[in-house]
Amino acid sequence: MPRPGFVLDVDRSTPPILFHHGEQFRLEKLPPGRSRVIYPAEPIEPLDDIEGAIHHALHHPTGDSEPLPALLRPGMKLTIAFDDISLPLPPMRRPDVRQRVIEQVLDAAAAAGVDDVHIIAALALHRRMTEAELRHALGDRVYDSFAPHGLLYNHDAEDPDNLTFIGATDKDEEVEINKRAAESDLIVYVNINLVAMDGGWKSTATGLASYRSLRHHHNVHTMVNSRSFMDRHRSELHSSNWRMGKVLRDAGVKVFQIETTLNNDVFGTSGPMSVLQRREWEWSARDRLAFVAIKKSLDKVSSRTRRQIFQGWKAPHNVTSVQAGEVEAVHELTTSHVYEQHLVPVEGQTDILTMGLPYICPYNVNSIMNPILVMSLGLGYFFNLYRGRPLVREGGVVILSHPTPWEFHPVHHPSYIDFFEQVLADTTDPYEIEKRYERGFAEDDWYRHLYRTSYAYHGVHPFYMWYWGSHALAHVGRTIIVGGDTRAVRRLGFTPASTLADAMELASDVVGRDATITHVHNPPILMADVS
Amino acid sequence: MKALVFQRKPTRYFSAMAAGRVAPGSGAKVGPLRLRTDHDPPELPGPGWRYIKPRLSGICGSDLSTLDGKSSRYFEPIVSFPFVPGHEVVADLVDTDDPKAEADGTNRVVLEPVLGCVTRGIEPVCRFCAQGDLGNCVNIAFGHLEPGLQSGFCCDTGGGWSTLMVAHESQLHPVPDGMTDPAAVMVEPAACAVHAAGTGGSAGTRDGSVVVLGAGTLGLLTVASLTYFHPDLDVIAVAKHPEQRRLARILGASSVVEPGELRRAVRRLRGSMALGAGTIDCVTDGVGAVYDCVGTAESIGTAISVLAPRGELFLVGMAGDVDLDLTPMWQKEISLRGVYAYGNEAHLGDRRSFDLAFELVQAKDLARLVSTTYPLSRYTEAIAHAGNAGVRGAVKIAFDLTGEKERTR
Repeated sequence: MPRPGFVLDVDRSTPPILFHHGEQFRLEKLPPGRSRVIYPAEPIEPLDDIEGAIHHALHHPTGDSEPLPALLRPGMKLTIAFDDISLPLPPMRRPDVRQRVIEQVLDAAAAAGVDDVHIIAALALHRRMTEAELRHALGDRVYDSFAPHGLLYNHDAEDPDNLTFIGATDKDEEVEINKRAAESDLIVYVNINLVAMDGGWKSTATGLASYRSLRHHHNVHTMVNSRSFMDRHRSELHSSNWRMGKVLRDAGVKVFQIETTLNNDVFGTSGPMSVLQRREWEWSARDRLAFVAIKKSLDKVSSRTRRQIFQGWKAPHNVTSVQAGEVEAVHELTTSHVYEQHLVPVEGQTDILTMGLPYICPYNVNSIMNPILVMSLGLGYFFNLYRGRPLVREGGVVILSHPTPWEFHPVHHPSYIDFFEQVLADTTDPYEIEKRYERGFAEDDWYRHLYRTSYAYHGVHPFYMWYWGSHALAHVGRTIIVGGDTRAVRRLGFTPASTLADAMELASDVVGRDATITHVHNPPILMADVS
Repeated sequence: MKALVFQRKPTRYFSAMAAGRVAPGSGAKVGPLRLRTDHDPPELPGPGWRYIKPRLSGICGSDLSTLDGKSSRYFEPIVSFPFVPGHEVVADLVDTDDPKAEADGTNRVVLEPVLGCVTRGIEPVCRFCAQGDLGNCVNIAFGHLEPGLQSGFCCDTGGGWSTLMVAHESQLHPVPDGMTDPAAVMVEPAACAVHAAGTGGSAGTRDGSVVVLGAGTLGLLTVASLTYFHPDLDVIAVAKHPEQRRLARILGASSVVEPGELRRAVRRLRGSMALGAGTIDCVTDGVGAVYDCVGTAESIGTAISVLAPRGELFLVGMAGDVDLDLTPMWQKEISLRGVYAYGNEAHLGDRRSFDLAFELVQAKDLARLVSTTYPLSRYTEAIAHAGNAGVRGAVKIAFDLTGEKERTR
């Protein structure tokens, strides 16, 4: 029986706590008496029979939907869309759950005599997936059957000939999605719901959309008014996507949604990496040795080698649920499964929130975690992993631990480099940035070219990463990065600190000397349910 | 008289080359430059020549190249040894032909160091000197003076790094009342920058934006000059060090970037496409003109990569022997033009570079670029400081001769 997440009050006997630090780690002693550590739940029990669960979901849909086989008929246009490389994190070991689901959908289509099938990576404005990445996600059989015929491809949000304007919401939000999907008799969307933000109408209304459509909810106003964007019912991001979903539904776009959830098994329960998901006071002598060996080995090799090692890691995530059918009903069920794994009850807010940022976020799979992504992971994703109230009080301090190198992947993140060099050198205010710079980057022909033909994130993507942190930027009094490249940290508008002790000292200027401290022991992922 | 003297000593020059490669400016310690207190004062070469007693004399990039053994061999026939360096000079004009006469400090002059036909006693003067473009004089190694492109590289004239030198009356520009010595010592390098703005003026304004590569003295002065004489121009300054970036902004650059950021900055400005998959090898459309105030293979290559087709590259900094792929220059039909010294600025109202430089120095308060001064006795420190000026947050380093006791002997 896996143990739930819990909150540890730090006392003198508490051992040093593990902080992720990019592709390295730090062990930090937290001040006793005023510190607490939030631990994630242990990986919940996976499904015994994944194939059976998928089959059951397709034949016994949730909500107002017929079973999948009843929706399939000869001569119809079927589009299968799936979540892209940004999910799950880290990438899961083969077979990926998307492969398992899509293979069964294709079997059903074949049985129903459906020949016109396209498979589309719903990547919105993310970078295109490479052949290797597509093979990993979908399996060789699917890839070899469809890709050579041009029937498996990446969504292109900048191809005007392959986008369809569907209509506008009652708040004048334009809905424009992939033409093939829009004109299909049925879209089967295959999702991996790693965190509560994923899925629902966000799958289609975001994943298959264009900039024209995305700009209505990927903006500062939406982010600042989402408390948080991980809590669907208090998220303006989701409200907008749900309004867009209604437009799609009213226009006759039919979606059969298949959502899957994974457990928290990121580093495994055996092997040297497994120590990273054990609680420090339970480390055995063997765990300690493994940790020291890992840390010392990593410290000796170059950052490039460290990156290769970690990016090569495939997580042993297990599937915990599969549900299919009508989008909103499916997503309610999915969210409850996500919460079952992630939610940890926490009493009250803290003055100082500390977070060790790992090597990976949704946008640097097989890539480099550049400073903008560090900001987005810390103040965007991790900060927003709450329900109720933010973990840190308004005006409090966030301390992040990450090397924050001034380094960018030139192929994947070309517009990020310009954003960092030009925009952040001018201002870090999200509203100013949005007003003065977004349109220029979004409509830049070179970025468009690289997004469409190379493997670059769209020109506007770094803006979205910055907006993702805008709620936190407005909420906290100071952000400190421990162990980061000083120049890069300052460019982000944050305060650099060499050690956690220095960071605490700097934080005391804002929150006083007896401030309460909360450390979020993430990953594996947890979501604080703050009362 | 007291002077820093540069002699023809091949072994010392060889040592300077080695030292200069390790640390810029360190060639002065081991090279052929020596401080002499018994150096013979130069004789007046002929009618129209006057004694001047330097007050401040700047250390220029070309001086550093010479001291560190980095100068092109092109210069060998157009210098004469031993010479006293120093061609950025504000001095007191001596009223008599007696080199020992005291100067009362009321008659200050700035030296225009180019040695053209008039100073060399050549008549009739060449066609370039005739139209005031002394920098293009075709008689630089001839006439009654020993070879020498400028005062400060000629054994007959002496140079500013001393307590006494000679200059032809045609080389002297009176310093206006109220202009400080630091301002006056900036006039000569400012005149070079004026000439850059005058030479490239029309080309630079064609596309509305230009790049100035390098933010040492010459780079910053070129920024100042371009923004002063062509106020509608967008000037992108490329500066490596924080203080240089600060000054470039103050002097009028519309944007300031670090060297590694230039290609991206130009691409953004022009909305251009670029060659390279995320990295930028070359922008396909770029700026109309680049003023290269560095003069290395790397800077010239960078300049070519950010120029628009048919753009113009002005070599303002002293270039040397470079190894460079000129294919993009050929394909983009880029023009390359050297910009040396000063002359008559046809694009700036047909005025002399020096006259415009006086105006520029005062309008842009360029005295602020003089970071510090040294006495001659501390010449190795001074030259090392100048060689590392950017890193050390400095711009112009100069010798202050006003406290030298030999000045009054």
